[in-house]
Amino acid sequence: MTLEATLLIAAAIFSVGLFGAISQQVVVMVMMGLELMINAVILAAAGVWWFLAPDPTGQVLLMVIIAAMTVEMAMGFAVATLLHRERGADMTDMATDLSG
Amino acid sequence: MLSDIAFWGIGLVAVLGGAAVFYVDSMARATYALALSFVAVGLQVLFLQQNYVGVVTILMMVMEMAIMAVYMVMFMGMNPALMPMSMVHSNKTAIAVAVTTFLALATGILMVDWPTRRGSPPPDVTMALGESLMGPKMLVMAVISPVMVATIVAGVVLAAHRTRYDRFGDDLKQRPADDPQPGGVGR
Repeated sequence: MTLEATLLIAAAIFSVGLFGAISQQVVVMVMMGLELMINAVILAAAGVWWFLAPDPTGQVLLMVIIAAMTVEMAMGFAVATLLHRERGADMTDMATDLSG
Repeated sequence: MLSDIAFWGIGLVAVLGGAAVFYVDSMARATYALALSFVAVGLQVLFLQQNYVGVVTILMMVMEMAIMAVYMVMFMGMNPALMPMSMVHSNKTAIAVAVTTFLALATGILMVDWPTRRGSPPPDVTMALGESLMGPKMLVMAVISPVMVATIVAGVVLAAHRTRYDRFGDDLKQRPADDPQPGGVGR
């Protein structure tokens, strides 16, 4: 259980999430990719906190990351709902333009 | 030693669970794979002695994935488990970018001469976090709270089908209301 091990695992999760965010067509699946990337950031921040500077400030940063994840999720679902209602679209390729 | 093995094992579950999200056919399975990955990361955060953050991550993500499963069923008209089809684009580019990113990150992680630990963890980590949030780091809470409220409002505005502005106009003065099915007795 070292810092390198933790960061390597986080890097692997981040890369998997990046693959999903780039390659997936369904909007909700793209969001899953983004979630995985933030998940990796949580793990990396927790590792850096524990192994390098275990004072409460780092934990507060983790709370901010978790809050950012919540906001991303809520707004993503709202946009997915809007997109589905306006266009009947659930794919990113069906929503490549901004104007209706 | 035992904790090392457990840590690596849980890490492996987290990575493989994440990979399974984009591999399995069924949307429900993908959602549960993501939940598994999140729970594994939450357990790893618990290993790193951050009890509060770890438990919050696990609880929040399990609930979030339950909601996500509903969304998956709502928005995925067909059932990919019965009718498998490829739902990806630029797959090769994505794999190349992901592998390159991992190699770059791994190189950095292994090459950097990490500093030694500065300071020691507080005896009660959760208590220290609470005191920090309610004391010197109050600004963080003060910023996150309105952001959360704004998220609720924006989420409802975006997702609502018809609001009072659709019915009564932008100044809310239009009478009678513009409804697809007029109500009342026609007076």
